[in-house]
Amino acid sequence: MAVTQVFGARVRRREDPRLIRGTATYTDDVTLPGLCYAAFVRSPHAHARILRVDTSRARSAPGVLGVFTAQDLEGKVNSIPCGWQVPNCDLKTPPHPPLARDKVRFVGDAVAVVVAESRAQAYDAAELVEVDYEVLPAVVDTEAALQSATLVHDDVPQNRVLLWSVKGGDFEAAAREPGVRVVRQRLVNQRLIPNAMETRAATAQYNPGTGELTLWVTSQNPHIARVILSGVLSFPEHKLRVIAPEVGGGFGSKIPVYPEEAVVAHLATRLARPVKWAETRRENYLSTIHGRDHITDAEIAVRPDGTVVGLRVRTLANFGAYLSTAAPAIPTILYGLVLSGPYRIPNIDCEVTGVFTNTTPTDAYRGAGRPEATYVLERMMDLAARELGMDPAEIRRRNLIPKDQFPYTVATGITYDSGDYARALDRALEILDYPKVRAEQAAARQQGRYLGIGLSTYVEICGAGPSKVVGATGFAGGLWESAVVRFSPTGKVTVFTGTSPHGQGEETTFAQIVSQELGVPLDDVEVLHGDTDSILMGWGTYGSRTTPVGGTAVYLAAQKVKEKAQRIAAHQLEVSVDDLVFENGRFHVRGAPDRGMTIQEVALQAYLAWNLPEGMEPGLEGQANWDPSNFVFPFGTHACVVEVDPETGQVRILRYVAVDDCGRVINPLIVDGQVHGGIVQGVAQALWEAARYDPAGNLLTGSMADYAVPKASWLPHLECDRTETPTPVNPLGVKGVGETGTIAATPCVVNAVMDALSPLGIRHLDMPLWPERVWQAIRQAKGGAA
Amino acid sequence: MTGVRVSMTVNGVEYTRDVEPRTLLVYFLREHLGLTGTHVGCDTSTCGACTVLMDGKAVKSCTVLAVQAEGARITTVEGLARDGELHPIQQAFWDEHGLQCGFCTPGMMLAAVDLLQRNPNPTEDEIRHALEGNLCRCTGYQHIVNAVKAAARAMGAAVGAPAGGE
Repeated sequence: MAVTQVFGARVRRREDPRLIRGTATYTDDVTLPGLCYAAFVRSPHAHARILRVDTSRARSAPGVLGVFTAQDLEGKVNSIPCGWQVPNCDLKTPPHPPLARDKVRFVGDAVAVVVAESRAQAYDAAELVEVDYEVLPAVVDTEAALQSATLVHDDVPQNRVLLWSVKGGDFEAAAREPGVRVVRQRLVNQRLIPNAMETRAATAQYNPGTGELTLWVTSQNPHIARVILSGVLSFPEHKLRVIAPEVGGGFGSKIPVYPEEAVVAHLATRLARPVKWAETRRENYLSTIHGRDHITDAEIAVRPDGTVVGLRVRTLANFGAYLSTAAPAIPTILYGLVLSGPYRIPNIDCEVTGVFTNTTPTDAYRGAGRPEATYVLERMMDLAARELGMDPAEIRRRNLIPKDQFPYTVATGITYDSGDYARALDRALEILDYPKVRAEQAAARQQGRYLGIGLSTYVEICGAGPSKVVGATGFAGGLWESAVVRFSPTGKVTVFTGTSPHGQGEETTFAQIVSQELGVPLDDVEVLHGDTDSILMGWGTYGSRTTPVGGTAVYLAAQKVKEKAQRIAAHQLEVSVDDLVFENGRFHVRGAPDRGMTIQEVALQAYLAWNLPEGMEPGLEGQANWDPSNFVFPFGTHACVVEVDPETGQVRILRYVAVDDCGRVINPLIVDGQVHGGIVQGVAQALWEAARYDPAGNLLTGSMADYAVPKASWLPHLECDRTETPTPVNPLGVKGVGETGTIAATPCVVNAVMDALSPLGIRHLDMPLWPERVWQAIRQAKGGAA
Repeated sequence: MTGVRVSMTVNGVEYTRDVEPRTLLVYFLREHLGLTGTHVGCDTSTCGACTVLMDGKAVKSCTVLAVQAEGARITTVEGLARDGELHPIQQAFWDEHGLQCGFCTPGMMLAAVDLLQRNPNPTEDEIRHALEGNLCRCTGYQHIVNAVKAAARAMGAAVGAPAGGE
């Protein structure tokens, strides 16, 4: 079969048939003989001393196989470690016991675990575990944490997790420059709940004969889970197999290694029975990580002509009750280093204080640090424009890094790979028909209607990353990626990747890379991932790294296959390697197209090994480990038009335009899907979503009925377009695209709403822009009682 | 707890099982019949991942007791395809990239089938409103809406094509 150009084609996803037929296996779908079920007993208090745990009634309940507390796990399940210990910031890493020992530190902290023959029996018995608590005052509010007499961890004074800073240039001096105006604003980036549609789950099985422990788990990175769990369980890593089967979304929430996973794995060995635990949504809201939760005081220094000369931010970041796996990196390096965005800002000064509170731990949520930075920057750009009476498009254009200045090193020290930022801005304005919508806005204002136009111009850092660099930032691993591309004797190809996609579609895009490079039909390529037994090593799927890092490893492995195949073909055709041409999956002698072998024929010969070049090993596979030289930096401009109903405060998005540049595009259909999903999560932060606690630390938004995950009817038709600026960082020229939408959309929508309300003199409102909040602001602005 | 006998037809096959009276239809399907294509995504009947057709109408199977489905005809995602051929809604979700992680997809497709039975030619707005009971966190809904439109076209074009899965 002749192979057409598959790179860049809108290929339907190859993972879909099992998903649309209902035959995919998620962790909670795993069934095993003798399976029993675990249920956790969780603290109803945000902060309390555990005085007594009485498990006797639970133990004698029907079907119960065991009830375990912290004491029972002593010396068997160790503290859950933090995997990203950012240096030079006085980071505190208090222990995180798998089950709370002396104190509970947030509502949902696990105190005991019950195992029973059925799911229902486990829940029933969990109700019978009696825990006596001495309730302690809770520290819940981010700002109060530093001053509070209450300490979440006794050995962490002021509840201060870290104090981190990055500085480039001299902000003070820039701000003193004659004519420069400094615009200030406090910005709250509220706490969010990731809400992957599949809650977390773990199923573990121990084979006493082989000594092998297998854990099926809802993970974005099974190899990291294996490394960490082998330490937590003191279990030999080579006997521990971690499988991330079908995973129903993650958005960062399935990066961390959680206590429940370690406990379930341990119980399978202890009871010599397979054990399953599947989180309820209520548990998911309480005990799976949350995201964002910053309070920032920002200052932007700008010349009268709109040139931005400095940015200073002071950010308070709420870490919750324990340090989650990657938590320290999120509000520090993934936030502070990208504060320059797509602009030339010579003077940047960022200081971040992290605090513990008696709330659910926070960690990476889609975008992880970069949405927070982009929100600060893009709000401040708009406020600066307003201060100067400039058009928001104009102030952006004036400050964008010009396309001929790449690689470009920003004041925070990182070096951007490639970009044409102005082109994306121009394209977005063109699609929107900017002058026309501005005219419509003016006309609407005449009629008393509040239309607003919002822009957000962003650059993202992703594709982590150079292992040396992430190592220097405290990451306890590498971030290279592995791939094996293996022909079978009949000419089919299996690809093994160390990334662990869970919706992002790399079973398709990686097959496209291999099909393109080896000239084999797409349907002859199978992409496998998510099993530590079959995959050499890998660091997982997050941070928009899967295609730029994992895809490049696949590409390089395919090159090795091609080189070896060419040597075999040359040997058998009795010509030199250089005399062969590879076209459409076939080697032929230059100038003699009839003399040739297909790559499938070569594969068979490689396995028969009857006639290989002297000294060559049989078989046909390539293995590559790719460690990139730099991150990649996707960018773009989003623009939207909103209307605010002054009677109700309701915000309606009339149009949403996204122009993204993720370098070369392998599959436009999949890229569109990634952008759409990201936009909606970003819009949702601007308008609807917020995790709220009462002063005692109870999560008020504790269910899907109380927390506003967006619905289809709340959203407009999304208009997406792209520019394409390849990166020189990898041979495919690809950047990541999983988080761009989330990063760009939030400030885009808030800027639009503030633009709509500008005739009323309203300068800033914090998110989410709930109708009540907007309505109150309008009433106040009009001089009415709030 | 004493068991109670319950019988129903699922995807054209009649099943009888003894279950606890409190057993929810979704766990009956998943744990008693092994039909794990129907998912549990929440505990407040909000997300719709568990949506199945009961006597042709979409219901959230986490909010129906198995005993309430006594004698009913149930269609789950596993029953949408006919003789191995994908149902037009499945084909459309595939063609239009209407799914990413796939967790909400079975419920989403069955809710869409219910809509197309009632309204064979819905507008984008009508589709968005009809799917309000089903949450998706991956797609931002745009490709789901496109898929439902495409399925409506395909089903309108194929005379006599079955609307439901049974």
